[in-house]
Amino acid sequence: MTAILFIEQVLNGLQFGVMLFLMAAGLTLVFGVMGLINLAHGSLYMVGAFAAAAVAGATGSFLLALAAALGAAAAAGALVELLVIRRLYARDHLDQVLATFALILIFSEGTRWAFGSFPLFLDIPDYLSGPVTLPGGIEYPLYRLTIILTGLVIAAGLFWLISRTRLGIRIRAGESDREMIAALGVDISKLYTLVFALGAALAGLAGAMVGAIQSVQVGMGEPVLILAFVVIVIGGIGSIKGALIGAILVGMTDTLGGLLLPEVFKLFMEASAASTTGSALASMLIYILMAGVLIWKPQGLFGGQA
Amino acid sequence: MKVKTLLAAGCAAMLATAGMADDHKVKVGMITTLSGGGAGLGIDVRDGFLLAAKMAGNDALEIVVEDDQRKPDIAVQLADKMIQSEKVDVLTGIIWSNLAMAVVPAATAQGKFYLSPNAGPSALAGKGCHPNYFNVAWQNDNLHEAAGGYANSAGFKNSFILAPNYPAGQDALTGYKRIYEGELAGEVFTKLGQKDYASEIAQIRASEADSVFFFLPGGMGISFLKQYADSGLDLPVVGPAFSFDQGILQAVGDAAMGVKNTSQWNKDIDNAANTAFVEAFQAEYGRLPSLYASQGYDTANLLLSAMAKADVSDAEAFRAALKDADFASTRGDFAFAANNHPIQDIYVREVIKEGEVYTNKIIGTALEEHSNVYVEDCKM
Repeated sequence: MTAILFIEQVLNGLQFGVMLFLMAAGLTLVFGVMGLINLAHGSLYMVGAFAAAAVAGATGSFLLALAAALGAAAAAGALVELLVIRRLYARDHLDQVLATFALILIFSEGTRWAFGSFPLFLDIPDYLSGPVTLPGGIEYPLYRLTIILTGLVIAAGLFWLISRTRLGIRIRAGESDREMIAALGVDISKLYTLVFALGAALAGLAGAMVGAIQSVQVGMGEPVLILAFVVIVIGGIGSIKGALIGAILVGMTDTLGGLLLPEVFKLFMEASAASTTGSALASMLIYILMAGVLIWKPQGLFGGQA
Repeated sequence: MKVKTLLAAGCAAMLATAGMADDHKVKVGMITTLSGGGAGLGIDVRDGFLLAAKMAGNDALEIVVEDDQRKPDIAVQLADKMIQSEKVDVLTGIIWSNLAMAVVPAATAQGKFYLSPNAGPSALAGKGCHPNYFNVAWQNDNLHEAAGGYANSAGFKNSFILAPNYPAGQDALTGYKRIYEGELAGEVFTKLGQKDYASEIAQIRASEADSVFFFLPGGMGISFLKQYADSGLDLPVVGPAFSFDQGILQAVGDAAMGVKNTSQWNKDIDNAANTAFVEAFQAEYGRLPSLYASQGYDTANLLLSAMAKADVSDAEAFRAALKDADFASTRGDFAFAANNHPIQDIYVREVIKEGEVYTNKIIGTALEEHSNVYVEDCKM
């Protein structure tokens, strides 16, 4: 294995991690502030991707598509919060899981009804396609670099929002003591809708950006949702910083594990068997990581303030 | 006492009339995937099957369609329901090998016929074969073997091969390697359902491969092809038709142009049955048929041909009539091998663009009159 391959894989891990962060940020905010387990977060990711594909198909503009993804997912999020989620805050987690699971089914079949059963087309715009050569002779797709940058900018923006703005103060206050900030005259239900819509918009953006290099199809959100849950468990529930570190940790572990483990097994096994065993173990690696973190820090890396 | 005898006589009479009414009818239970991510395949199989039934206009054929949601447990429940309360004679429709493994052995053991329009796991072709199980599509390895055949004729010497880490993926790589004669630059199993192939593409770039073979059905293939095209790699790619069917090509777009893939069917195969099928399918559903639709269509026509020759209540004769495969297949020549799997030509296709629509064109034959290696293991 060469250094170039290794660096390219580190970039891939980073890109994967940054995308996971966009998903996990919304999930962790909603859980931290409202104490709600939202299984339908993956559906908002799907809504974003479908909105982007539809708008890109109609207008041909990728930027408009991204804006549509943000808007559609935020609107879907706000609507779901007003109609369904609002009734669930006081209920226990099992009711929330049941109701949001029902939302997954409704979103999936609704999307299939509106867009059909076949995957939609969404492609990278011309000005972002193709590889660029990085210092050291690494050829890396420009679009993936763009994803990394976008993700990092959004992460920085979120930190600023949470730590420097009035909204951020309210969110943090809501996280530590819901009743108290309601008593202090903050309109808690408006805050909840806003946080939910913000989380949904981030998921929708992730869906649209990833949809351009993957496939836009019904059910695309659920595998990502599982990983996002792993991320927030590792990072500590409710912590944006935890979500960022957790996401990058998961992205790196998954990418580098898939590369290195088969190589390690090849040292003492026949190539084909090493590849099978290595990749089987690599797909377990992030769950092993999660278990390890939970043993070491049951609250997650940055959890436990709440 | 008298009442009892009367009742018994009444029941017997009812049974007799019911039996008579059933004599000519064949009831088909179709269990296929109509919702969720894999729905496109099931819908094509169903539409192809129903189209053939409609064109034949045979009143004796009664079809019940149910959605298995791509879940083995649901498929098993549906099969039980169809066998016990719907009293179907023939089952068909399953897309995925794991669902077929859950349903087929039990159904054939209860004396029902099963006609597979898609899944052809090796376990049902070899030791687990059954006289009542017929596969109208292919044995799972077939299209991959054909890809290996194409690689030989194209002069590939050092292939990088990848497939998801599950039984059909392992069969795929085994199938390719069975026929392919060159060296391997790398062999990678990806996660099932994986959508990001940056890592694998980096490995392909770092290896000294001269070609890439991949089996990544559905959304996995869409993702791989788009990312591969964007990576700047330009090694030739070959794969089975599953990543290039009519349903998903439009989602891949330009990234698929010129890619070679292997298939037992294409819309430009020149025979009367196929021309009629392609025209009728477009007229009925307003889209181009996929290979899955052709498989559903052939399955229905096989069944209709057997119904014309024998009565389904005479299992022996009906089985023989099925085995004759005396129908006009959209693929041209079609026959069953000893283990009830097809013997057929497998073609190499290239992805082209017709107007605004991406589709395939046949450019050669990869394997002629190809059967499968499991025939010898099948004792029935």
